[in-house]
Parts: sequence; C-alpha cells; structure tokens
Amino acid sequence: MTPSQTNSSNARAAGATRPNQKTVLDDVGIRRALMRIAHEILERCEDLERLYLVAIPNGGVPLARILGANLKEIAGVDVIVGVLDTTLYRDDLNTGSERPLLRDTEMPSAVDERFVVLVDDVVKTGRTIRAAMDALMDFGRPKTVQVVGLIDRGHRELPIKLDYVGKNVPTEPMELVRLRGDQGNLEGALEVVVTDATERGATP
Amino acid sequence: MIGTDLLGIEDLERESIERILHTAERMQEVGNRVVKKVPTLRGRTIVNLFFEPSTRTRASFEIAGKRLSADVINFSTDSSSLKKAESILDTARTLDAMDPDVVVVRHGVAGVPKRIADVLSAPVINAGDGAHEHPTQALLDLFTVRKRKGRIDGLTITIVGDILHSRVARSNIYGFIKMGAEVRIAAPPPMIPAAVETLGVKAFTSLREALDGADVVMALRIQNERLSGTYLPSVREYSATFGIDRETLRYAKDDAIVMHPGPINRGVELAHDIADHQHSVILDQVRNGVAIRMAVLYLIAGRQERSFG
Amino acid sequence: MRKILIRGGRVLDPASDRDETADVLIEDGKIRAVGPSLDATDAEVVEAKGCWVAPGFVDLHTHLREPGQEYKEDIGSGGRSAVAGGFTSVACMANTDPVNDDPAMTDFILDRAQQSSPARVYPVAAATKGLKGKVMTEMSALKAAGAVAFSDDGKTIMDAAVMRHVLEYSKLVECPVITHAEDRKLVANGVVNEGPVSTKLGLPANPSLAEDVMVVRDLMLAEMVGAHLHIAHVSSKGAVAAIRAARERGVCVTAEVTPHHLALTDEAALGYDTNTKVAPPLRSAADVLACRAGLVDGTIDAIATDHAPHAVHEKDLEFTLAPPGLLGFETAFSVVMDLVRRSELSPLELMRRMSTNPAKIIDRPGGSLAVGELADVVILDPELRWVYDPAKGYSKSQNSPWAGKEMHGRVVATIVGGVPVYDVEHGVL
Repeated sequence: MTPSQTNSSNARAAGATRPNQKTVLDDVGIRRALMRIAHEILERCEDLERLYLVAIPNGGVPLARILGANLKEIAGVDVIVGVLDTTLYRDDLNTGSERPLLRDTEMPSAVDERFVVLVDDVVKTGRTIRAAMDALMDFGRPKTVQVVGLIDRGHRELPIKLDYVGKNVPTEPMELVRLRGDQGNLEGALEVVVTDATERGATP
Repeated sequence: MIGTDLLGIEDLERESIERILHTAERMQEVGNRVVKKVPTLRGRTIVNLFFEPSTRTRASFEIAGKRLSADVINFSTDSSSLKKAESILDTARTLDAMDPDVVVVRHGVAGVPKRIADVLSAPVINAGDGAHEHPTQALLDLFTVRKRKGRIDGLTITIVGDILHSRVARSNIYGFIKMGAEVRIAAPPPMIPAAVETLGVKAFTSLREALDGADVVMALRIQNERLSGTYLPSVREYSATFGIDRETLRYAKDDAIVMHPGPINRGVELAHDIADHQHSVILDQVRNGVAIRMAVLYLIAGRQERSFG
Repeated sequence: MRKILIRGGRVLDPASDRDETADVLIEDGKIRAVGPSLDATDAEVVEAKGCWVAPGFVDLHTHLREPGQEYKEDIGSGGRSAVAGGFTSVACMANTDPVNDDPAMTDFILDRAQQSSPARVYPVAAATKGLKGKVMTEMSALKAAGAVAFSDDGKTIMDAAVMRHVLEYSKLVECPVITHAEDRKLVANGVVNEGPVSTKLGLPANPSLAEDVMVVRDLMLAEMVGAHLHIAHVSSKGAVAAIRAARERGVCVTAEVTPHHLALTDEAALGYDTNTKVAPPLRSAADVLACRAGLVDGTIDAIATDHAPHAVHEKDLEFTLAPPGLLGFETAFSVVMDLVRRSELSPLELMRRMSTNPAKIIDRPGGSLAVGELADVVILDPELRWVYDPAKGYSKSQNSPWAGKEMHGRVVATIVGGVPVYDVEHGVL
C-alpha cells in the first residue's frame, strides 16, 4: 500500500509499458507534484478546519488520499476526504447504447460552508468537472470550490480552469491519458501513461 | 448487456443481474442524501401503465423515476380509455404516439407487457403480468438477500404459498437459481403448477421438510378470492399447514430471514408476530425496491439518442 | 360445358387406389376419363407435369361466420379461401348468429353459398337449440333442409343425458354427431395446454385430461346407443388411445385432426402470440406424435382445418380474452405435406385423409376421380416454396400462426364441378 519506497523504474516495469505508451509522470513526480499542491492549497485556504477534499473516482481517489496525508504532515490537520461519483450527472448519458458503470459515492459530511477542493487525475474537456460541481451542489452550499488536476492535457470544451495543476501535458485529442498503479486498481506505485491513438481503435 | 426491455428474469444473464444489483447499491446512496435527486433522466418521460391496481409497485416506480429527475405519468384503469374495450395493442399504439421514453406495464394477464413491447418503440419494463413474472420484485429480493447474507450463491431459499398464481414466485425462482441458490417451493398441491420441476425447483407439500436448513423463507400472499373454494378449504386450514410462525421457523436455519412481497395477510401467511420479528426483512424489501427500480430505469430508460426533426 | 384435360400429372385417387402418371379428362362437370395420353382435341389443356392431381379436399370442420359475424368472414370469402387451399367442399359449423338450429337458417346458408361461394358448402346444424345443451334440434327437418351432421362444437354438451339422447336421435336421420370433446369444468379458464409451457407462461392451463375424459364419455355413449360419433380436432395422446380402443371394440366412431395439432406444439405459444390460441390448445410434443401416429394408422380418419377466422382487433386482446381459433384453408396442404416428407404417409394416403375419408363421413360426393364422379379436382405442386401472407389471402381475417413463414408445397389449381375456380397464377377466378 505504501508506495513511497518504490522508484520510477519499478513502477514502469510493473505497469508493462508497451511501445506505443509512454510514462509522462512517474510515482516520484506524482508525489512531488502533490506535495507542492498541498503547500499551494494551504497557502490559499482561509480556514483549514473547513477544508474538504472531494475525489472524483476512480483516479482522484488515491490522489486525494495522498493530498490529505500531505496536509496532515505539513499542517497537522485532519482534512475530510470524500468521494463523489459524477456518472449520474454526465451530459453524455443518452449517446451510448450501454450505460456506464456507477462508482461509489462516500461523502462523510455535508459541504455547506466548506472550502471544497475537487481532485481529479486527468482533466481534458472539463465536462467531468462540470458534472462534479453539479453533484456537489446536491450535498450543500460550499463556501468555495477549487479544482486540482494532476494532469491538464488541454482541449477544454467548457469554461473550466484548474486551480492546481500537477503537470501540463500537451496531447492529441485521440490519445488516452490515464493514471495507473503497479498493483492494479490504482494501488501501489502510481504513474500517468499516454497511449497513442492507434491503441484505441476508432472510438474517440 | 441489459436488453432494451425488462420483461422477465428468465431472459436475463447472471451478469446482467449482477450489473443491476451493483447499480442499485449506488442508487441507494442517492436515496440517503438530503437532496434525493440526480439529473440523470431529466427531460425523459416515464409512463406507468397500470391495468391492475397497485399502490406499492406504482409508488415505488414513481419515486424511482422522480429521483432520477424523469417526468412520471400514471395511466391507470380508472383514468384512461382502457375501460372502453380498446385492445391493449391499440392502447400501446396510442401511447407510443405520445413518445414516452420508457413504459412500465402492469397487467393481470400474463404476456401483456411482452406484446406491448412488441409494438412500442419505447422500452418496456414489466411491473408484474398475471402469473408470469415480476422482475423488479425478484431483483429487490435478490438485493435484500445479498445485503443481509453477503451472498446468494449456495443459499437455500424456500418459497411458500400459492406458487400457481404467483409471478413473484416465478421471477424469484429464475433469479435465485441464476445466482447460484437452491430454490424449494412449498404449497398445498392444487397450488403447485404443472411440471414445476422444469423450472429447476424442488416441490414440497410438507412445510417442515421444505424449511429444513433454509437460509431464506419467502411467504407469498394468498389472494382473498382463493382463500376458500377449489384451491383451499379455508383460511384456518391454510395457516395451520402453511403459515409461517415461530414454531415452523425453527426448522429453518437459526439466522434464516423471513421475506414477503406484501401486502401481508397477517395471521394467514405469517403469524402476527413474524412480520415484526428480528429476522424479518419485509421493510428492507420495500426500501430496496426504490433503489432497484432506479437502477433498472437508469440502465434502460432513454438510452437511445433522441433525434430532432 | 367446358372440356378440360389435365395432362401428365401424378394422379392420386384414393377411391380406386390409383397412383400413376396419367391424364384426367373433365367434361360436363364430371370426370370423363382417366388414363395415359387421352385425346385432347377441343379441350382446354392444363399441364400438370410434376404435380399431383387428386380429388378436391373436403373439410369437415370450418367456421364461415355468416350470418352474424361477417366482419370476420362470410360464406363468399370463406369459400374463396377454401378453394385457394384446394378445398372443394366445406362443412360449416352452426355457431353463427343466429345459430343454425332451424331449417330456415340451413336454407339461408345454402342460398348464400349458391350465390357467393366457389366451394360446395355443407351446413352442420346445431345438436341442441341455441347451442345451449338442453333441447334437441329438429334433426329430421334440418337434414331435409341440407344439414349433413349435428354438432354444438365448442359448446360441448356437458349434460351426459342430453348427449345420450342426441346420439340416439341421430340414428333417425343417419347423420354423425360431431363432438368437440372437452370437459368445460376441467378446462375452466384454461387457455394453454397444461404442462411446462403453461407454468412458464403463467397463463391459466387447460389439461389434456379435459379432452380425454370427454372423449371417453362420448365413446361410451356412442357405444351404448350404437350411433355414429365423430370426434372433432383430436389433440391429445389419451384421446387417440381411447378412439383406437373403441374402434377395436367396433364402436361406430370417426375422427379428425387439424393441421395445427399435427404440426405445432404448445411451445408455439411461448411468445404469447394469440394466433396460437386455439381450442383445444396446441399440445405437447408427445401429443403431436400420438396424433400423427393416429392419423397414419387409421385411428383418425380425416384432416379438417377448423378454419376459424377472427378479426385483428380481437386477436389484439389479452391472451385470456382473445377468441380461440386460427385460419386453416390456405396453409393446410403445405402444413400436412410434412407427413409425406417425413415418410409417415404416402401421397395417396394423405389425399385419402384430405378428401375420400371426410366425404364418406358426411356421405357427400367427392373424394374420387372415378369416371362419372363430380369433377372436384385439385392440382398440387408438392415442391413449390412460397411465403404465406394472410393479408394477401382470401379470408377476411389474418389470424394465422404461419404468417410470414416459408411454406413447402402449394395448391396450384382447384376445379369445382368441372369449372376452374382457382389457380396459383391468377388467384380465385
């Protein structure tokens, strides 16, 4: 579970990177970025007691946990970490023939008057963040909402800007960018991998 | 994986059932929120087409639809043209012209949802047809059992009562068998359907034998009109031979749960105190019904892109 | 009158056991000659190479719906549908509105048939007034008017004493009493055969036992009174066995079976198609096998369609409410050809059960290609493949379980009394 000792070459070996894939951010890089972001959040947060990290599954979940641990380490606060599935708020539900799988939502408390920080792994069009904001409003009236994106790959389709970015990674629209862990299910050493369009077939 | 319509459990693969149960688990969380509503089916129209009176199932579908932000419209025998001897298929065609996104059908005659689905372009969900199937009831029963027992595989389910006239029994028989349980039925012989073993169950006329080692005891409602006459001599005789009470429940496993699709005839299918017994999950069934129906509506309703023009 | 030469077909005449390639010459409405290379001067020639030439089919069991339910069928449309299916004579049941329980009604039906039907029509009169199972009809007067048999058909006479007297009285007129043998109490509200299928469908079940017990009752009554009992649409294994045993005892019994009970099982109802709803219901595979065996060994004499038209809006009702019955004429030959293809019956024996035997049961002409007989002839192509579309058929109704199905074998021409009334190219003429 604790991946801090794992170095980046191990992570790559376990993830079995294929020729058309490349790692754009390894475990060390991810942890470094999340430490920096934790510092930035502390800098900008008016009231640490009311900070609320809300992870967007699946990728946001391990990142929010690491951020929470970092905040504890730096400032000694126990930040609430929630998980908010955005699937039921998606704007593309009527286009596919098969409905997407729902993921767990676990919001340990209401968000009223909280300083909410949404945490996602890869941000592209901004549609997931839009859905997450709508979902969030059903859990109360947050004081502020900010967004962490570990990877910002551009191609925004909605007026969404990230407050905290781990790394900007320019990509082609058809490329697949995802967070993965060497133990599967986003556990173990993490890395962000770009897979080129040929791997994905015709599906955009 | 999930078809266009949900007409019966018989047509479902195990993976589809798993998918519905998985989805219902997440839908239950929505029901626990302060704002019990998600925008998933906003702008979609669900028509509850009920040819047979039903308070619970209709309300359950209505709440489920509303929690998903759909507009829910109720057509029932009292408020529509159904009494004017219009054929069911004409009713379906009329409805189709109003362009619903999903139609939930209940009818006292087996096969009506299937035949309506054959002429309707919108997906159809069977909310109970005659003595055929009641798939969402079976799904919520599976969901309830799995939540209580942690599994379905390997359990022994005993269904007691009027199997012949029960759609709940048929759907549960298909569902529990597909999910790996052993299903037994117990009923007075006139209420056991012909060749019932072809459904994969073992039939008993002794309640004690049927309950022996059971993990789940499911009592079915006996319709009032069948409480005396050619199927049964009397209420008293039925409750004495097939009623579930503390005494007969002792033959089941110690941690056996008691289920009933409702409404209960207290003192007939279940002794007065059994419905409120610690092992009774009857109210859980009702609660879980909404989550199951939300799951089914989510997986079925409005999946196809609407065309404009 | 017209002179027609049917040339080069396989002539199947059960009455004379003839099965050979020959010509058939028709003149003045009669069979003039049957033999090789007949003289064809001044005759219309019908080439029948590769086809079968047989006596026109005789259907003992049909519902023509006139008077009273002309929206389903009338004697004209029914007659046209009959000849399109190769039937040159049809017996029509009495459950019209009003019921055919009075000589005036029998007259009316025969008048209408004269005016509008290309097929010969033989009325079956009611056995009891109003089909109520209580008071016997005036069989003598009805016979004089043209009735060929007596039956309450679907309204089975439940009172055994009434049935006994009906059978006794029928000896006076020497006509068969036709029984639709189903115990209505055991049928209750059953709409599909009781068994795995009814259990799966969740529809009220009708046990084959309901048929068995009534067949046995009627056989015992017929045996006791010594009357001619004809059992309609045999569908159960038990009924076939009971009839076989009764025949061995010398009971005067004849029986018919429908194409649908020979070809379809109750599993056809699994999609809730009301066009598979029929009385008695489609039965199990074992019952179907028993019916086929009974037809082959002579326990069952005849194939009858039980042609029962119902309007689309009626069949659009719930399975329990939709009326039972299905169209029979235009699909019958194609459906029963399966018995020949599976070598259960020879072509000649199939023709016997389609024409010779049923004509004999009601003691009417037909079923024979002997010289001097009525020229009621059917020409059949046993190999022709076609798709049945009831909307393009001649019945006013469309209730057929074979709609849209590919059929194998087809009626290519029908001649009634020496006059061509149907051919596959031009339809009913």
